[in-house]
Formats: sequence, structure tokens, C-alpha cells
Amino acid sequence: MTGGTELIETVAAPMADAVPERVRRGRGWGPRIWIPLVVVAFYVLAAIFGPMIVTFDPVATDTANRLLPPLSHRDDGSLVLFGTDQVGQDLLAQTMQGARVSMLVGVATLLLAGFIGVVVGVVSGYFGRWADAVLMRVADIQLTFPGILLAILIAAVIGQSVLNVVLILAISGWVTFARVTRGQVLATKNREYVDATRTLGASNWHIIRTCILPACTAPILVIATLDIGSVILAEAALSFLGLGTPASTPSWGVTIANGRNLLSSAWWVSTIPGICLAILVVSFGILGDALRDRFDPKMKGI
Amino acid sequence: MRLAERPTGTAAPGTRTGPLLRVQDLSVSFATGSGRLRAVDGVSFDVGAGETVAVLGESGSGKSVTAQTVMGLLPRPAGRIDGGSVSFDGVDLLDRPDSYTRALCGTDIAMIFQDPLSSLNPVFRVGTQIGETLRRRRGVSRRKAREHAIEMMHRVGIPAPEKRVDDYPHQFSGGMRQRVMIAMALSMNPRLVIADEPTTALDVTVQAQIMSLLADLQREEGMALVLITHDLGVVADVADRAILMYAGRVVETGPIREVYDHGAHPYSVGLMGSLPTGDQDRLTPITGAPPDLRQLPTGCSFHPRCAFATDRCRTEEPVLRPAPDRPQAHLTACHHAEEVLADGIR
Amino acid sequence: MVAYIVRRLLFAAFVMWGAVTIVFIVLRMVPGDPALVMLGPDASPDEIAALRESLGLTEPIPQQYLHYLASSVRLDFGDSIRLGGDAMGHVLERMPMTIQLSVAALMFAVVFGIGFGIVAALRVNTWADRVITVTSLVTHSLPSFWVGLVLILMLARGLQLLPSGGAGSFAHLLLPAFALALPFTAMVMRLTRSGLLEVINEGYIATARSKGLSERVVIFPHAIRNALIPIVTVVGLYFGAILGGTVVIETVFAWPGVGRLIVDSIGFRDYGVVQSGILVIAAIFVMINLIVDILYGYLDPRVRLAR
Repeated sequence: MTGGTELIETVAAPMADAVPERVRRGRGWGPRIWIPLVVVAFYVLAAIFGPMIVTFDPVATDTANRLLPPLSHRDDGSLVLFGTDQVGQDLLAQTMQGARVSMLVGVATLLLAGFIGVVVGVVSGYFGRWADAVLMRVADIQLTFPGILLAILIAAVIGQSVLNVVLILAISGWVTFARVTRGQVLATKNREYVDATRTLGASNWHIIRTCILPACTAPILVIATLDIGSVILAEAALSFLGLGTPASTPSWGVTIANGRNLLSSAWWVSTIPGICLAILVVSFGILGDALRDRFDPKMKGI
Repeated sequence: MRLAERPTGTAAPGTRTGPLLRVQDLSVSFATGSGRLRAVDGVSFDVGAGETVAVLGESGSGKSVTAQTVMGLLPRPAGRIDGGSVSFDGVDLLDRPDSYTRALCGTDIAMIFQDPLSSLNPVFRVGTQIGETLRRRRGVSRRKAREHAIEMMHRVGIPAPEKRVDDYPHQFSGGMRQRVMIAMALSMNPRLVIADEPTTALDVTVQAQIMSLLADLQREEGMALVLITHDLGVVADVADRAILMYAGRVVETGPIREVYDHGAHPYSVGLMGSLPTGDQDRLTPITGAPPDLRQLPTGCSFHPRCAFATDRCRTEEPVLRPAPDRPQAHLTACHHAEEVLADGIR
Repeated sequence: MVAYIVRRLLFAAFVMWGAVTIVFIVLRMVPGDPALVMLGPDASPDEIAALRESLGLTEPIPQQYLHYLASSVRLDFGDSIRLGGDAMGHVLERMPMTIQLSVAALMFAVVFGIGFGIVAALRVNTWADRVITVTSLVTHSLPSFWVGLVLILMLARGLQLLPSGGAGSFAHLLLPAFALALPFTAMVMRLTRSGLLEVINEGYIATARSKGLSERVVIFPHAIRNALIPIVTVVGLYFGAILGGTVVIETVFAWPGVGRLIVDSIGFRDYGVVQSGILVIAAIFVMINLIVDILYGYLDPRVRLAR
């Protein structure tokens, strides 16, 4: 059958109103991909270079310039773009420091969760049998546990530090990676080319490395993009509760919590880092959606 | 329970003269990613009351789109009617609001789809689905509708309908599902039933059973039946007339035996040739691929695949004309019908 | 159907066992001596020894685990060192408030999520669809505790329309429930929209139309019933996430529920209350999932009758 008949078959089936959408999504790097990418790149730059330009010192105080609103000037005439907090700390510096902490935690968490998840998924999917049964039941149990509660429980027990936050969030986040990897492994492992490699006498490790893992890359990247927003949100929530990053390395959540008591006198202390956080998470959300639609429309439910 | 009453506004059968369904010069196009394509191009045919008509053609020939247009099921906004008329019982449906056609559907015109599994709602009991038209359109009670469903299931040959009426579609075999579909279509005694590839999705052994069931029901009910198919063998013994379509156009039409034995268009001859006739020399399937509707060949759309093609075929579009020296009802759209017929005799 | 329910019940019991085990393992991760950590550096050796005894820390781990399972069945997690009295009692006392808040948020998310989802799907690619879709994209990603703060700032402090915190009246419920529900409303909406758009192209929808049913009947119930199946499962998962979210929202709005109790207790290392609270929430979540599974079997006969 030629492309022509396939086309008319698709069209003649009562789904033609989906056609314009499919065409609009197309193959190219549409605005749904590059706009959030530009935003994320801006954040990355601000996180890397921002704190070098506007230095943040967690213990510095400047009581003469406390609670200055955004766009006002310090008594030495310098502009404070985002305002200052109750001890005179510049919020711009604090926000860029927060970007650094939040994104670092996000990326580190995903790397760790992704690593655990991929290992579990491959073992579970490739070797199957009791390993699969045990690991997937563990995943089931963990899914019934609201992630934030597990994180709070662990945080309450092991205490506050950036490393602990990463550990906690990774422990609550590996299941998605494991499930997706396992599904992909199951779909791949009995394909003809894998069988062919096997008959040539390749070791399991060789097959996993050359045949299985490459097939998992795209869905894992999509999951990571979709997940990083929620990881950053979870980190902010933990920090807001005082269970996340310590005050010496304040993330956005810490700053927002700090501004909570100043709501009626200095709205900007909570609001501005919140807006920064929201814009970043929204960008990751749009990017993840676009990547998912582009790489694998079947993953809608995840 | 027989339903004699008709919806208000439609005439009782036989009070009007003329065919039950008349499609005239119908053209339908679709918007696709690469521009509009013409799926149906100036198609005309009639279906008389109580008549069985086979619409034949490969996939993409426009036969299903024609059926969707008649039923008002054309996907919008991608599908567009560019011209022509579809008259049912003398009333042009394309002139009337969609709600008029919708009101005829189920009661006067019913449709049987190709794949009974996807065409039955998986979450409702089959009895509910069969009785639904009656219940929603006539306000009949649930219990009455269920009884009617049982009776309909009995009539289409589903064993133990009292037990199976509360089952779900996935609990039936393919053939039984299609019987459910037929029961659903016939539940309101329609005057016209359009069956779109009703046996294509079924096992070969079941195909004949379903086709003879349709033929039996057609005889008992006296309804008009339009059988859309790509498989001539399935309908040869059932249909009165055949309409052959290629690339959105009617290329040949006539009494089915006439078309079968004296094909006057190379495409029809090719379709027959795809059938094993016992005479090994004539088993010659059509060569080449169905046409790309976005880029139809000039002249006769069939010429790239045709053994009789000449320069005239490449430039001049043939129109339907009486097949030479054949009965009047036999029309063909081929410049070389004479040669095709002569070739067939040899 | 009975076999199906029994299977789900067994699974729920298994998951509950898993949750208890996770809590046990995590609590053994406490660096150093839990009794010392709980009582602080000022405690006398006798006090510490007494607490070690009552926590069962003197026994070997497997035995501790068995005792822990036994006390879980009795819902006995010791006394609250902060508030005094039975730890589980404090949690159960606060539970109705948390359930009230979560159910209000869930209802909001389901009603408005499905409602806007249907509107967007039926008006696909119009301005109404675009506004709904873009709004959901943004609200989906907003941190709920920050939304809560902004709501307090604008509606409570600014316009003085609603109370900024505490509980007691319907007005008190509005802001926290809304803040809690917002991201889930967006998710339910997107799921409804895409589910309905998918279902509307199914063959049985063409069949329903060919039966001459009105477009309203074609959508309700033919399309909706099928589109709802995936939503029901996800709503179960969302309820768990909403329960988790109450921890943060209750803190923001000073809502006297279990979540706030847990957070407050962490500061005092009141582990009896923390584990009671977490296990109660986990138990509710498991129960909700059980109900969802059963509902799922009712909605989709293919699941109920499988195997």
C-alpha cells in the first residue's frame, strides 16, 4: 500500500479532526520546546553566574536597609531590584542562590533516582522471575505511600542537609524510572535484533549495554524532564516546612517560609522567590509535555 | 414486538415514487496535512426500496466516505461536502439540518460497521445497546427494551439470548458480536441498512454465515441493503446490483451477474480476476498500487494500472455511458469498453 | 466480582504491612541512640534507659520488628512525649479535620477538573479550550504552599474577604481547600480532555451516532463512561497526593489537622505521633485505593471479569 491509501484510510476513519493537531505538533522544534528551553537556560546561567556577581552571605546583616521594597535604593544609593528582607539581605542575591540550590538538588536527585530506577528496572525487566516480583511489589508499596510523607518521615529522622534532601527525594522518586525502564526492557528484550545478538553468544551485560539501555534513553529523558519540576517543588515544600536545606544554604522554599511572617508588612519576601520558582517549574512542565508528545505520544498517562 | 410506527415527518414506505436513496453528483473532500484531497468525486447512484446493492472497490475508493456522508457521520471539520445531493425518500438530506438526518438514523437508516469489537461500547451490556435506540427514541421502559433486545438477538441467531442479553461485548466471539451489531441496526425496522465491510474483520468461515444472515433478514424485512465491500466473492450471490468505485468515482454499474460475467471496465474485470474462477488463465490480479488521491493521474485515474490504456486515457476523463451491446442498466466509464468486453469473451 | 474484591483486599493488607515495615526501617535509621535523640542532651541516664526499655530498643532487631508489627495491629505507638497521652489518640482526634480538608479539595478538583475538561474537549481548538489548557498548565506547576501564601496576602489580608487561617467555619475551609486542590484540578482537567478526545474517535461513538442518539446522549453516557475509567484510577492516586499535601497546606493555614500535628511533632522528636500520623494517612490512602479498584471493576467490565 502506498502512502496515499494509508492517508485516505486514516482520514476516512472518523478521526480526521485530530489531523490538524498532529500536523501542528509536527516534527520540528516548535515554540513549545524552545521557549521553555530559553527560560531554563536563563535560570541555569543565573544560578551559575548570579551568585558570583551579586554575592550572597547568609550571615550578613544590614539593619539600616531592612525590608526595602523592590526597585528601591539602599542608603548608599545602590538599587535593590527584588527588595530586601528583615535583616537587610538582598533578595536578588538570595533568589539566585536559591536557584543554584534548587536546581542542584533537582538535578542531583534525578541522577540518583534515575540511576536507582534504571538498575531496578533493568534487573526487574531483564531477569524477571522473583527479582521482578519482589522489586515491583516494593514499588507498589512505595506508590501507596504519599511521596511527601515518606520524605517528611525520613527528613525528620536523618536531619537537615543538602545531601539528605537529595537522598530523601531520590528515595521517593525512583519508582517512576523503574517502572518506565522495566516496561521498555520488556518491550525490547525479545525483539529480533536482541535475539540475534544473543545467538551470537553475547553476554547479558553486553546485550543490556548495547541493545536494552539505548532503547530506554528517550523515555527516561522525558520522565526526567517531567519529574524535575515536581522534584524542585518537593524540595521547596520540604524546605518550607523546615525539613529541607538548612538556612546556611537557603533554597527558595526557605526564603518563602522566611517571608511568611512578613506577609502584611513585606509581601515581596515570599512572593518574588515564589514567582521565580513557579516560572521555572511551569517551563519544565511545558518542556516535558512537548518532549513526551514528540518522542512518545503513548506515554500520556505517566 | 414489531414497530410499525414511523417518526413524524417521514412518509410511510411506498407513498412516494422514485428510489429510496438517491445520491447525485456527490463530491466530498478532506483536509489533510498536505492540502485537500477529493475522496468522493461526482458520485451518483440510486438504491430502490427492498433492493440489495453492492458498492465495490479497493480501500481509498471512496465507498466508505460515501456511506459516512449518507449517515451524516462525516468527520468535521476535516471532511467537507463540496457538492451534490443525498436524497432519502425524496428529501435532500444535505439541505436539511444535521438533526434531520440524525433523526432518520437508527429508525429509517441504520448502519453496520466493519469491526464489531470497536463498534460496540465495551462498558455497556449488549442488551442495553440493542434496546437503547428503542428506549431513547420511543421512550420505552428499560424492561420492554430488554425484552425487545432478547427478541432481536433471537432473530439474528444468537443462542440463549435470555442469558446473553446481560453480557458485555468482549464476552462474545467475533461472529456473535457482528450478530449483535446487526440486531442493533435492525431493532427499529429500518428501510435502509448500510453495511460497511460487515464481514472483513471476521474469520472466513464466519463470513458466509453473516452474509447469509443479512440476506435472509433482507428478504424477511424487505429493507434496502447497501453492502460496501472490497470482496466481490462475498456479495456475488446476495446483491441485485453492483456499483464499482475507483479513486472516488463510479467506474461501472449494473446488475451484479451482468457486471460479473461481462465486465466492461478493466478495473472490474481485474477485481473479478482476483477471484479464483476455476479457469486458471483468468486469475489475474490488478497490478500496481491504488492511486494517491492527492495526486491523481490525469485523464482516467486507472490508466497507470490498465493494460488497455492509450493516449486518450491519459488525457480525456471518461464518463459513464451504456456498455456497448449490453442491457441498458449496465454503465461503464471506460473509453475502451468494447475491447474490454471482447477480451472477456475470448 | 467477589473474587476480584477479595484479591484487592489481600493486596491492600499486603501494602499496609509494607507501609508499617517502611516506617520501622526508617525509624531504625536514626543516627545514634533514638532515646537520647528523643529526650535531648539534658535527660538523665535513668530516663534514657526507661525510654529505651519502653521503645523496645534493648531487644534484637527481628524481635523489635515483631513487637512493632504487633503494636501496629493494636494501633499502639506509645505515648506522645510532647502532648502526653496516647500518640494515636492525638492523631485520631485531629483526623476528621484533615479528612474534611482533603475531601473538600478532592471534590473541588474532580468537579471542576472534569467539568472544564469536558468543556475543553467539546470545544477543542477554540479560545475556550486554549484558555482552559494554558491555565491548567500554569496552575499544575504552582507550588501549593506559595499559592496559599498569595491567597492569604490577597484575599485575607488585602481584601479581608476570608479568614487567613484556623478552622471552624465553611469560610475557613475555602482558601486551604482551593490551594490544595489547584494542581490536581489541572491534572484531572487535562486527563479528562485528552481521554474524551481519544474516546470520541472510537468506533462505538460512530455507532451511537448512527443509532440516531442525540449528541448529548452520545457524550453522556457513551463517551464519558469510557473516558472516566482512567480518571477514576488516577483520582485514587491523587487522593494520596492530596493527603500528603495537607501537611504543607495545614501548616500554611494553621489548619488543626494531622499534617500540622506531624510537622509540629517533628520539631520535638515526638516519633510516636509522627509514625501514628503517617501510618494513619497511609491506611486511609490504601483504603481509598481499594475503593477505587472496586469502582474500577464496576466501571470497566473487562477488568472485573478478567481471569
